[in-house]
Amino acid sequence: MSQATYGFDDDCALFRESARKFLGANADLAALRQATALDPEPMRMPTAWPSDDAFRAGAELGFVAAAVPEAQGGLQLPRAALAALAEELGRHAFPSAIESTLMVAFLARRVADSEAGGALLGHLAEGARATLAVCDAYGEWEHTASVTHTVSGSGALTLTGSTHFVQDAGKAEWLVVRSTGPDGAALVVLPRDAAGVTHRRDGIVDLTREQGTVQLEGVVAEASAVLPGGDALLASAMPDAWLLLAADMVGTSEWLLQTTVEYAKVRTQFDRAIGSYQGVKHPLVNAMMSVDRAKSLVYAAAEALDEGRDDARLLAHMAKAAATEAADFTSSRAVQLHGGIGFTWESDVHFFFKRNKHSELLFGDAAYHKARVADLLIDG
Amino acid sequence: MTTAPDAQAEPRREQEEFRTYCRAWLHDNRPPPAPVRLPQHPIETMTRAQLDYLQAWQKRCYDAGLVGADYPKEYGGGGNKGFQRIANEEMNRARTPFLVNMIGLGMAAPTIYHHAQEELKRELLPGILSGEQIWCQGFSEPGSGSDLASVQASLTPDAASPGDFLLNGHKVWTSLAHFAQWMILLVRTSREHKHKGLSYYVVPVEGHRGVTVRPLIKMTGEAGFNEVLFEDTPVKEAWRLGKTGEGWNVAMTTLLHERGAGPLVTPAGGVGSEGLAHNVRGLIALAKTQRRNGRPATEDPQVRARIAALAIRERGLAENGKRARSGTLVDHPMRLPLQVKLAGTELLQDLAAAALEIEGPAASLYLSDERAPAEGQWPLAYMNSFGATIAAGTSEIQRNILGERVLGLPKS
Repeated sequence: MSQATYGFDDDCALFRESARKFLGANADLAALRQATALDPEPMRMPTAWPSDDAFRAGAELGFVAAAVPEAQGGLQLPRAALAALAEELGRHAFPSAIESTLMVAFLARRVADSEAGGALLGHLAEGARATLAVCDAYGEWEHTASVTHTVSGSGALTLTGSTHFVQDAGKAEWLVVRSTGPDGAALVVLPRDAAGVTHRRDGIVDLTREQGTVQLEGVVAEASAVLPGGDALLASAMPDAWLLLAADMVGTSEWLLQTTVEYAKVRTQFDRAIGSYQGVKHPLVNAMMSVDRAKSLVYAAAEALDEGRDDARLLAHMAKAAATEAADFTSSRAVQLHGGIGFTWESDVHFFFKRNKHSELLFGDAAYHKARVADLLIDG
Repeated sequence: MTTAPDAQAEPRREQEEFRTYCRAWLHDNRPPPAPVRLPQHPIETMTRAQLDYLQAWQKRCYDAGLVGADYPKEYGGGGNKGFQRIANEEMNRARTPFLVNMIGLGMAAPTIYHHAQEELKRELLPGILSGEQIWCQGFSEPGSGSDLASVQASLTPDAASPGDFLLNGHKVWTSLAHFAQWMILLVRTSREHKHKGLSYYVVPVEGHRGVTVRPLIKMTGEAGFNEVLFEDTPVKEAWRLGKTGEGWNVAMTTLLHERGAGPLVTPAGGVGSEGLAHNVRGLIALAKTQRRNGRPATEDPQVRARIAALAIRERGLAENGKRARSGTLVDHPMRLPLQVKLAGTELLQDLAAAALEIEGPAASLYLSDERAPAEGQWPLAYMNSFGATIAAGTSEIQRNILGERVLGLPKS
C-alpha cells in the first residue's frame, strides 16, 4: 500500500498488536463466567463483579495515553488506533473503564489549553479513570440536565441533582458532569469522592460492564473545574463516544459471527452440518455484511475526525447507526442459530449478546442516529 | 502503510498528476449532447444511434489514455499501475457518458489478459479497450442459469478444417449480442465430467457463419437482450482460452471481475440517462419535489428514516471499497471484494423501490408519459434492478459463495 488507509499506519498496527497480546493474556471468559455464574438469579446482582485490575496495566501500555496529546504527557495516535483498541475490547467482551476514560480524554483534548481540560488530561496521563456523567433519566444529554447548579460571587458552582447511566461510575476517579445553571449548561470536572457525591450501582443486563446513578447534594466546584464551552463542547465530543461504542460493537459482533459460524460447521441435524442449510447460511452472510459496513464506517469516521473534516459528524452518526443495527442483527442470529444451547447461561454467547445490547442503546440508538443523518443530508 | 518515503513518493505523485490530467481532459472534452435518450446502463443500449454516440465517446476516452490505463502497452494499454481507478473516479465525477463496451472491458478483457495466448491478446485487447469491437458473453442457456456448469452448447471436430471445431447450441439473456462482433463462450467439450468437461473460447458473432441473434424484450418493454443460436458455427482452436477441459477455471476469472472482485480494475465510469442519479443524492432531489400529507415528502419521518438507512448503506459500500485496499484492516482477502456485487445490486434495487414509494401514484407513469416524474426513469430503474440481482450469479448464489468461500460453511 502506498499510504495508510484511514490513518491506520505502522504505529497503529503495533498498538493494535499490543492490545491483542494484552487481551489474550488478560481477557478471560472463564473468569468472567465464574464471577457471574455464581448467582444467575436476575433479581440479584452477581456476587462478584469483574474487577478492573487490568486497567492500570492497559494504561501502562498506552491505551489511554494514545488519545492524550503529547503536551499533556500522552502519545497521541490517529483515532484509527483507538477504534482498533475498542474493537479488540469488544471482541473480548472486556470489562474495563478504558472506553469511558477514552471518551473523556477525547472531550478534554478539545479544550487542552483550559485549566480544567489540561488538569484532567494530566490525571488521565497518570493513569486515572474518568467517565461522562451527562445523561438524564431518559438517557438524553441534549435537553435540560437532571443536575442543576447555582453560582456564587466567587464563581464557584454548587451542584444538586442526579445523573444517570454513568458508565463505570464505581471505578472512575473523575466525573465530567453536565449541569444546567443560570447561564445554560456547564461541564464540570469532579472527583468522584468529592463531598456530596454518592453513587448507586445499577442492576444491569450486561455482565461485562458497570453502570451507576450519581447523586449530587450541594457539591461545590471551583470555577477552575469548569470545562469551557458547555453544551457546544459536549456536542463536539460526542462523535468520539459514538465511534468507540460503534467500534466495540464491531468487535463484539465479529466474535458472535465467527463463533456462530464455527458452531454451524460442527452442529449436525438431519445428518448434515446446519451451516449447509441456506436458512442458516444466508443470515450469517447478512450478519457479516452488516458488520463489515459498520467497520468501514467506523474507520472512515475515525479519519474524518482526525482531519477535522466537514463530514466527520455525519460519518460518526452513520457508524453508530450501522454498528447498532449490525450488533442487533448479529446478536439475535447468534442466539437463534445456536438453538437451545444459545439460550442457556452456560454458553458464552449471552455475554456478547448483552454487551452489544448495552452499547446499542447508550448515547443514541439507531433511530436517533438515522434521524440525525437525515437532518444533515436533507436539511444540511 | 508507511514505508520509506522514496519507495512511494514517486508513484503517488504520478497518480496525482494523472488525476489532474484526467480532470482537465474531461473538462475540456465534454461530448456534445446525445442526439437520443441514453440508456441507464451500457447493457441497455438498444439503438444504433445510441451505440454510435457511446462508441465514439469511448474511443475518445481511450485515445486520451482514460481507458485501459493499467493494461500493458503491447496490448493497447497505458502500461501503468493503479491509474484506472483514478480515471474511473474522474469520469464519475465529471458525469460524462458511461463506457458502452462494458462486457468487453469488464469480462472479456481481464479473461483474455489472464488466459489467452500472446498472439490472441495482441489481436483482441486493443479493440476491446478502444470500444471498436463490441463484446457479449455466452454463458447462460435456457436450462443453465445458476447451475452454470450444466451448459450444453458443444463443440465437435470440423471435418473441413482439421484441428478446428463446429459449435452447436443456444445461449440466452445475452446483452449487447445484437451489436457484438465477438463473444466470450463457455462450452462443453466432454460429456464425461460436468465441470471438467467445459472449455472456454472466444468466437466472432457479427457476420459469422451459423450464428443467429434474436432479440428478447425485457420486462421493462425495452430491447437489448437477446438469444443467440449456433448451428455448425466454425470455431478455431486458436480462439481457446486456457486448456481444454479447464473452461470452468477460466470462467471463474470472468465471474470474479464481473462481480467486481477481480484483480484488474475495470475501466468504467460516467452516467447514463441525463438528469437521473441512481443514488441517495438523486433520491433526496426527488423527495424534495414530491408531497406527502400535504407537506414536502422530505418532512415525512418515514421517508427521512428510509433515506438515511439507504445513505448509510451507500456510504458503507464506498468505504468497504477503500478498506478492502488497506491490507491491514481486513481479516480475509476476499471478504469485501466478494460482497461488491451483492451489496451494490441490492442497494440499487432498494433505492429504486424507495423512489417509487416517494413518487406515490405518480410512479405509475412510465417512459411514454411526459408527466412522469424524472421522465419515468425510476420505475425503469426498479424493474432493471432485477436484471442486476439475477445476472452474474443471483443474490442467493452470491450468499452461498460468501458463506462457503469466506465464512467456510459447508456446501449447500
